[in-house]
Amino acid sequence: MAGITFEQVAHSYERHPRGERDFALKTLDTTFEDGGAYALLGPSGCGKTTLLNIVSGLLRPTRGRVLYDGRDVTRLSPAQRNIAQVFQFPVIYDTMTVEENLAFPLRNRGLPAAAIARRVAEVAEMLELESLLKQRAAGLTADQKQKVSLGRGLVRVDVAAILLDEPLTVIDPQLKWLLRRKLKEVHARYNHTFVYVTHDQNEALTFADRVVVMYDGRIVQVGAPQDLFERPRHRFVGYFIGSPGMNFLPCHLAGDGLGIDGTEVVLGGAWFAEAAARPRARLELGIRPEHLQLATASEAGTVPAKVERVEDLGNYKLVTAMLGPHRIFAKVPEGREIGGDTVHLRFPPARTRLYADDELLV
Amino acid sequence: MHKPTNNGAWLLVVPVVLLVAFNAILPLMAVVNYSVQDIFGPGQAYWVGTEWYREVLGDKRLHEALWRQFLFSGMVLLIEIPLGVLIALAMPRKGWAVSLVLVVLALPLLIPWNVIGTIWIIFTRPDIGLMGYSLNSLGIAFDHTASPLDAWITLMLMEVWHWTPLVVLLAYAGLKAIPEAYYQAAAIDGASAWKVFRYIQLPKMRGVLTIAVLLRFMDSFLIYAEPFVLTGGGPGNATTFPSIYLVKVALGQFDLGPAGAFSVIYFLIVLLFSWLFYQVLQNVGRGGAR
Amino acid sequence: MSLVLDMVGKTVGEEMHLEDISLTLEPGRLYVLLGPTLAGKTTLMRIMAGLERPTGGRVLEGGIDVTRVSVRKRSVAMVYQQFVNYPPLTVYENIASPLRIAGLPRPEIDRRVREMARMLHIEELLDRLPAQLSGGQQQRCAIARALVKQARLLLLDEPLVNLDFKLREELRVELRDLFARQETTVVYATTEPLEALMMGGEVIVLDQGRLLQTGPTAEVYHRPGTTAVARVFSDPPMNLVRVAVRNGVAVAPGGLHVPLRAHLAHLPDGRHTFGVRAAHLSTRRRGEEDLEIPTEVTLAEVSGSETFVHVHHGGVDWVVQEEGVHEYALGEPLRIYLDPAHLYAFDHLGVLEAAPAVATERR
Repeated sequence: MAGITFEQVAHSYERHPRGERDFALKTLDTTFEDGGAYALLGPSGCGKTTLLNIVSGLLRPTRGRVLYDGRDVTRLSPAQRNIAQVFQFPVIYDTMTVEENLAFPLRNRGLPAAAIARRVAEVAEMLELESLLKQRAAGLTADQKQKVSLGRGLVRVDVAAILLDEPLTVIDPQLKWLLRRKLKEVHARYNHTFVYVTHDQNEALTFADRVVVMYDGRIVQVGAPQDLFERPRHRFVGYFIGSPGMNFLPCHLAGDGLGIDGTEVVLGGAWFAEAAARPRARLELGIRPEHLQLATASEAGTVPAKVERVEDLGNYKLVTAMLGPHRIFAKVPEGREIGGDTVHLRFPPARTRLYADDELLV
Repeated sequence: MHKPTNNGAWLLVVPVVLLVAFNAILPLMAVVNYSVQDIFGPGQAYWVGTEWYREVLGDKRLHEALWRQFLFSGMVLLIEIPLGVLIALAMPRKGWAVSLVLVVLALPLLIPWNVIGTIWIIFTRPDIGLMGYSLNSLGIAFDHTASPLDAWITLMLMEVWHWTPLVVLLAYAGLKAIPEAYYQAAAIDGASAWKVFRYIQLPKMRGVLTIAVLLRFMDSFLIYAEPFVLTGGGPGNATTFPSIYLVKVALGQFDLGPAGAFSVIYFLIVLLFSWLFYQVLQNVGRGGAR
Repeated sequence: MSLVLDMVGKTVGEEMHLEDISLTLEPGRLYVLLGPTLAGKTTLMRIMAGLERPTGGRVLEGGIDVTRVSVRKRSVAMVYQQFVNYPPLTVYENIASPLRIAGLPRPEIDRRVREMARMLHIEELLDRLPAQLSGGQQQRCAIARALVKQARLLLLDEPLVNLDFKLREELRVELRDLFARQETTVVYATTEPLEALMMGGEVIVLDQGRLLQTGPTAEVYHRPGTTAVARVFSDPPMNLVRVAVRNGVAVAPGGLHVPLRAHLAHLPDGRHTFGVRAAHLSTRRRGEEDLEIPTEVTLAEVSGSETFVHVHHGGVDWVVQEEGVHEYALGEPLRIYLDPAHLYAFDHLGVLEAAPAVATERR
């Protein structure tokens, strides 16, 4: 088991990168703690797979060093780094039985047969594969195969980290949650460092205790799932996490408050001082649809908006409203009736965030 | 989800069925017809039952030809399949070299079969052929028209040179289809190069290698044009394979009845062995599944 | 012209794929075909399109039997899960292809292609080849090609399932608005209850080849006729527990006693099934009437802006839906609260007997 540290790591697929733009992964300085369950989350092209390959050793970064527990492994191969990896499509040895598959990494390392048998039995029990041990791996279902490939990593007592590259892609939707739970159980029991790459926010937030959100070759936030939802540090995190994502309203300094662009609305509040300190920045207010409150009548601190649509989505209603030129979503409880074509929005200060040039101010 | 069924789809297969009927089934029936009659001329045929079969099965020269054929085909498979796999493994996987190597490899496959024989006749001639002359000037008496061994060596070399590229192409296609993740996983599991071959590359190539074995067996078992051009079945009967013998009987002596019986037996042997190979290769590494 | 399915069935070999489906699709409306995988959605759509013949029943279009009329002679367009475009043709030519086949004059084709491309936000990509597009753009192109025909019937078979989460969210809204502007009858197949609710329109709930319920989408959601509909039309599936009713109290496994009041007051003694949506269970007490259930967490799953907490108590598995993203440790003890006012009651055959007042008011 190991903590993984990145020192000034950057990677470009160009032979002679000229500027920042040529880097698929911009300069990175961070540490994945030993025993943590990490998820690398982001849309395709954000650099998460590049980062994973740098962790595993399939890719040598253009710049910087990778340390496992303080030991420089930048130039070591995946095998030398002693990591395990589960791929998007199950990789199993077709001609071997499940048992032989699980024993394979240990046999290659010349462990005594008794130790191998003990270890294989333990992992098979953990992954609920005992009844399949004598079966040929080729005949298994996709989720069983993924368990076998995970098992090949788990059998090694000394494995430094377990990497998972979109491991649930080929799993039936109905079986996904069982495998998710199994992954969490495995992590709770063995406490390996897990690095899980996915573009699916639900998968990342369900699996990880630390989510690393990546966007455009950069890490924009590392945090617990709840943090990402409640205090997105970057505009992208607000948009990407949650459904629908955070509402963003461009705004400017107006008197001693914030004026929402294109409207007469001025919001007073604690944001002002922070915003005034960044006079040249592009300012935006961010609020989640579930945090936006609807008042029945115009009252102090509310802002009128024109209702475009009210959708009954079962457990809640989704109100689409126009605040000047800006479209804004609000979630209201299912029993609540929305009468008329105007709603009065309230921005609770504790839940409203201010962003300057996409970065969280308050 | 399921596949839709449409009984009308059978109509689409009709052209192929007709083609196969004209190309294979009707001629085969004609041969079967010959094999049970004694034919003296047009309209003069007498039913003889299984007489020709008994005669042919007792023909010593045919036995020899058949054994010769098994030896030849066996050697072809033993040399071409491993050699083809080895070459495929050594081939570059990407870059400009790939297309170059592929074109060079495919060259022998593009040459007409009778021309191949001619090329090798000249190549091995002791007086002007590059190989024949070089060997003889090294003091090795090499003459495929005189020595049965030399004739076999020449024939084997020609066959390997001509057809190994096909095995290479098939094996290469099989290798290319293995996702990169398998190699990564094997490296992570600490597998040696031999184990990568044994547990990943070989199993993943099984499908294409089955096809390669079948093609090479059937093809080599029916070999005709090359030995006909190169050695004409000689020296003596050293390279007289069943196909050459068959042509001698059928066209040389015009013994249509025995030739027909012989053809049917020949056909059944090829069919039987192809089926056996197919069954064995399909089950290799699969027994015990489920 | 309305499309009528009259006792349509499909059996392949021994296997029943569809059984006695009778439906009327009114022109210009949006229908959501909701059901889990293998429910028979694709087969039903293929029969509607004329790509497949039913083994029983009839398909009528404007009163005329079209059961055996080939798809080529019907006015149908289809969008699939996979992004199906002609690879060697540009986006423009892809969209134009059905119009060229129909033999429209060149200026008319040009006008329609550009209009459609604008509606789907792919005007900038008209000169590109499908391989040069992202998944979302490829599907936009396929949808444009289907819409441009202005066919009488447009069938979409889980068109967004292969797209990323955020893209799905975006395109779903666009599609719904697009359909609202068309005169085409739209049938939209999905496995996701939330997608069905967002699309709105009328819902056709299908499960294991059988038609379970039809009606306005939100209404069916709030008043599922059977436990089967409740299970299919709910994500996570509705919590269902078998209870025994005696003297105005229902007893559930695990020792839970539910006093029967309000809409549940008249339930007869005997076996029933109670259902409650995950969103109506809570981890906080919200009222006097709430019943407390001590449980143990088996997994907390995040879905969009909600957390589904799977818990376990006395042989019953519950799913609680919480707003926002929350973290729970496996095996953590958790008290959950159930408000009986949100309970659905089904009889021993699974037919709805009583629905919560909130749901009933809508009728």
